[in-house]
Amino acid sequence: MSKIAFVQKNKIPPSPAPISEVGFIGWVKQNLFSSWFNSLLTLISIYFIFIILRDFIPWAWGGHWNTKSLRECLDLNPDVACFSVLTARWKQLLFGLYPAEEYWRPTVTFIFLILSMIPILFPKYFKFFWFSVIYPGLAIWLLWGGSIWGVGIVYIGLSLGIFTFILLLKLVSKNTVLSGIGALIFLIVFFMFLSNYLVNFLNIILPIALPPVESLKMGGFTLSLIVGITGIVASFPIGILLALGRQSNLPIIKMICVGFIEFIRGVPLITLLFVASVLLNYFLPPGTNFDIVLRVIIMVTFFSAAYMAEVIRGGLAGLPLGQHEASASLGLTYWQSQRLVIMPQALKISIPGIVNTFIGLFKDTTLVSIISLRDPVGLASTIRADQTWNGIYWELYVAIGLMFFIFCFGMSQYSQYLERKLKTDK
Amino acid sequence: MEKTKINITDEVAIHISNMNKWYGNFHVLRDINLEVMRGERIVVCGPSGSGKSTLIRCINRLEEHQKGRIIVDGTELTTDLKNIDKIRSEVGMVFQHFNLFPHLTTLENCTLAPIWVRETPEKDAQDIAMEMLEKVKIPEQAHKYPGQLSGGQQQRVAIARSLCMKPRIMLFDEVTSALDPEMIKEVLDTMIQLAEDGMTMICVTHEMGFARQVADRVIFMDDGQIVEQNEPESFFNKPQSDRTKLFLSQILGH
Repeated sequence: MSKIAFVQKNKIPPSPAPISEVGFIGWVKQNLFSSWFNSLLTLISIYFIFIILRDFIPWAWGGHWNTKSLRECLDLNPDVACFSVLTARWKQLLFGLYPAEEYWRPTVTFIFLILSMIPILFPKYFKFFWFSVIYPGLAIWLLWGGSIWGVGIVYIGLSLGIFTFILLLKLVSKNTVLSGIGALIFLIVFFMFLSNYLVNFLNIILPIALPPVESLKMGGFTLSLIVGITGIVASFPIGILLALGRQSNLPIIKMICVGFIEFIRGVPLITLLFVASVLLNYFLPPGTNFDIVLRVIIMVTFFSAAYMAEVIRGGLAGLPLGQHEASASLGLTYWQSQRLVIMPQALKISIPGIVNTFIGLFKDTTLVSIISLRDPVGLASTIRADQTWNGIYWELYVAIGLMFFIFCFGMSQYSQYLERKLKTDK
Repeated sequence: MEKTKINITDEVAIHISNMNKWYGNFHVLRDINLEVMRGERIVVCGPSGSGKSTLIRCINRLEEHQKGRIIVDGTELTTDLKNIDKIRSEVGMVFQHFNLFPHLTTLENCTLAPIWVRETPEKDAQDIAMEMLEKVKIPEQAHKYPGQLSGGQQQRVAIARSLCMKPRIMLFDEVTSALDPEMIKEVLDTMIQLAEDGMTMICVTHEMGFARQVADRVIFMDDGQIVEQNEPESFFNKPQSDRTKLFLSQILGH
């Protein structure tokens, strides 16, 4: 018999791993004390964490909440936090200069915001999408006030437009483009000539209105949320279109998209905000009242749409060409294959980048303090300008930071949940 | 094994005349003339880079030809998008790398096009899909994602996905080349079954056993030209052209 021949006689059954390699002990050994160098790093890290907590906990835990001024805090105990500034000014931090008797309006808007996001974030379990559709109009009306028919007419007009489109499609022509043009003409006629009369008429028969609040009164966290959420919601579809446009075979569309993306990305956001606040007025006809918050929202949206486009382009580039070919070979049209095959995958790949852009945008809303809008950071300066609280830093910024952290951490957690949920291999 | 030729009709399924294609300045397809009858099973072979994949990709216009005419099922391929989408929905294609949609389950892969292109109601589309998945012998995998299947299973799902559109012509582009050896048979068996059902098929493949067993005609391509075509029996036993002889000796020689 030759030396290399071998036949296994008995199968070896699996046996449990050694105790020192599994469970808590195994984890500690593997992750914290795997070598003398790692053990040293672990000990040093523990020491630093200890020092930070040793100083921070007594400072925060023993903080004053009910003093009248910073002076009073310092007299009581200068070594602990003076959170009284938050007790005294929390309403301002949340609502800015919004009229106090109308605080319920931003509050209700915020509660509705959460409600309207639930069906979008968890579409499998909650199905009231209709609320997410009416929410934007509802929020605008609640925050800015005035007659409900100001935003209501937009919804009425768009519904009638969709109705016209379906009617044309069913009765006149099977062609979607022609019916679309028909519906568009209807919309133009409606909003140019009919809507004013209809609004006046509705105001007479059903006058529902709230006291108007002007944009400059918006502030605090309400303003951050208005700018941030609108920016996020609006920049997402624009980003998708820009990314598709950048990959387009049509040279003019491609050129416009590339030009837009490169220009907006190449300019600091502050510059864009200054353009929005100061320069835009020079270009508009005198006397035009172009709302400052709207101008800021447009700039912030453009800014993050440009980033979004690049993030999504990365996702598109990550897809094999075969996916396009397979969906084309099944007879799907360009838009069908984008919507059903390409985008679901490209967006899934880009989730970390997209959420990164969202979080960046949300925090960048604090830059509006530069053009003297009163977001929380802008308000912090205002509060410190007040004699009673002059000289306070940590407590205010810790609180503002914490509020932003809650939202950004929430977005980050949701994105991780989404990534887990959409994982389809294995 | 004697194969049935009763399926071939005298109705023309695909008509290609004087078709030429260039990639930039590179002349990939030169004066292709080909007529495929309904029910005919054709195997296209040839060395790599000979243009055989490009040829069948021209038939559903994944590639554009620059000269000559291609008429599929009576509809000429032009730049008209309507025609292209119509032809694509009548012509099924299976790819070397499966190209299943990884974000959809097997069943959803199969129902996607019927629902959106044919506007079949979802329930009916699912019934058709299950029928086709049974045909390729993997109905039990209907609710899994492609990433959870083996290569052979994925390729059979890809075949089922094409069949769900009830195509009149099927194109197979080297469908077994990316598979592990032990999975090639299950895919070939599916294709043989399809051929026996009378499907019009054009297969680009190196599986000469398959060609002998099911093909009505074998086409040999080299340098973007059709060099030789014949019935499989004569093609393999009495090749005429030197290039065909060389090619056959290379792939059958070992």
